[in-house]
Amino acid sequence: MDNSYDAIMARKNEIIKNAVGMDFDKFEKPGIGFDYEAMMEATGYTIDEIRRVQSMFSIGNTPLIELKNLTELARKCAPEGKGARIFIKDEASNPSGSFKARRACTSVYQAKKLGYKGVVTATSGNYGAAVACCAAMAGLKCIVVQECYDSHGVGQPEIIEKARKCEALGAEVVQLTVGPELFSTVLQLLEETGYFNASLYTPFGIAGVETLGYEIAEQFRAKVGKDPDVVVCTNAGGGNLTGTARGLRKAGCSAKVIAASVNLSGLHMASDSQFNKKSFTTGHTGFGVPYSVNPDHSDVPRSAARPLRYMDRYVTVTQGSVFYITECLASLEGLEKGPAGNTSLAAAFRLAQDLDRDQCIVVQETEYTGAGKHINPQLSFARQNGIDIHFGDPKDEIPGKNIILPAHPSLIQVTDLDLDHMRRSRIKRAVGTHKDELTDEDIRFLVEETNTDEDYVRSVVASL
Amino acid sequence: MAKKGDWVQIHNVVLPPEERSSALPEDTKANPLEMWVKGYLTEDAEIGEVAEVVTRTGRHAKGEVVKVNPYFEHNFGFFVPEVLEIGNTVRKITFGGED
Repeated sequence: MDNSYDAIMARKNEIIKNAVGMDFDKFEKPGIGFDYEAMMEATGYTIDEIRRVQSMFSIGNTPLIELKNLTELARKCAPEGKGARIFIKDEASNPSGSFKARRACTSVYQAKKLGYKGVVTATSGNYGAAVACCAAMAGLKCIVVQECYDSHGVGQPEIIEKARKCEALGAEVVQLTVGPELFSTVLQLLEETGYFNASLYTPFGIAGVETLGYEIAEQFRAKVGKDPDVVVCTNAGGGNLTGTARGLRKAGCSAKVIAASVNLSGLHMASDSQFNKKSFTTGHTGFGVPYSVNPDHSDVPRSAARPLRYMDRYVTVTQGSVFYITECLASLEGLEKGPAGNTSLAAAFRLAQDLDRDQCIVVQETEYTGAGKHINPQLSFARQNGIDIHFGDPKDEIPGKNIILPAHPSLIQVTDLDLDHMRRSRIKRAVGTHKDELTDEDIRFLVEETNTDEDYVRSVVASL
Repeated sequence: MAKKGDWVQIHNVVLPPEERSSALPEDTKANPLEMWVKGYLTEDAEIGEVAEVVTRTGRHAKGEVVKVNPYFEHNFGFFVPEVLEIGNTVRKITFGGED
């Protein structure tokens, strides 16, 4: 068989179809759109069934913790009478150490049900550990493919730790240097092994995250007696936010959903020389923005992660602010967690200062911490790579050049991304080179994709 | 010399620079796409020699042997004084000074 890059990519659709056990073509509509809800329903699982499956894997029902001391610190930084109560969903208590266990569980369960002997996944993050963990429980083989090293063979400590964890859970880890051609390696492995593609972006994965939103609504109502005002989600590939928001909606929860990413603007995600200049390997704008405006460039034909449909606001925070808040969580709350998952916490700390004291904000995840994947080794690694680390005003941070730790917690800020601009980009992408006049069905699709209305979509389309 | 049955790491070039995707930044495109996997050697081999391994999932893979008994060396990094200072600062603001 021809295993050149072009030949493998030419077999992409067939390989994916065989490796997900789902024919994505049947959801396509005549124009530019597809039936998203039909695709989500094609998992065949209700939220109650997914909760039952997850409980078989001891996943879910993680604690919802009120961060009273961090709230107190936010109030000391806020105007009189301001400073919402901050809560955090301790997803690090899941078996694999992050919310990704929810996402992996449904894929692994489906793979087992359909008779696959193993699963393959492409991820440098917590998802690899989650798939390896669930595969171990289900008795399936597991291959995790990572983008790990630069061309000098220097690995990101956070990613090396993930490799260790995946191996500890019985997986085979395939490590690559920087580059998006990782996808062709994944396709080749899927073809070679006949394993299930436990992609981050299938409906199974996203349906698995819905339980997180659902649980937040249930637990919050039981604990506080109302709905939270705001739920903040760290946003990278969009699955975390999409699944959580869908779960909140299924529970009838009225909370606003705010996306948060670490600002890595100016750094190219496929750049070899910049690979080790960034201190966050996920939860950043390098994934968050492109996956929001163009969700379908993932490893499945149609991604189930479509965050622009669900976010009410999208903010960024600096690397230094996230490291700072991670240390606050340890020092003030006794909770030592991994930095990347605290992106939304840094945002929540600032967002809380605009809300009244009787309002409530929920940060919907934590992640495990360990060697390599911790504020200290990540700052140490940055310093070794020539990144200037000092106390100052985070607004002066330049990704890849410096990390500015706030001289005072009141200097932690959020920066709003222009959602209108992103929605326009989404529409432009979706319309693409489509020549025919858009049908009413096409317009409805774009309204859903951008969480807007018909007038908005028609005016944007007319301006293209 | 690595023996048959030893747990080793092998290295491969997946794509030489000229076969890489055209959509890459120049610095990435100037380098090959490289791969590392681990497995049990199927025959004796010298370090640097191309050999076959059987991986954790039972796959057969070939590549240049780079390490025997590979292990992880990542750790908690060097001392970063700023981390302590953050803790001290926020405790003081939140709970008040020692006096």
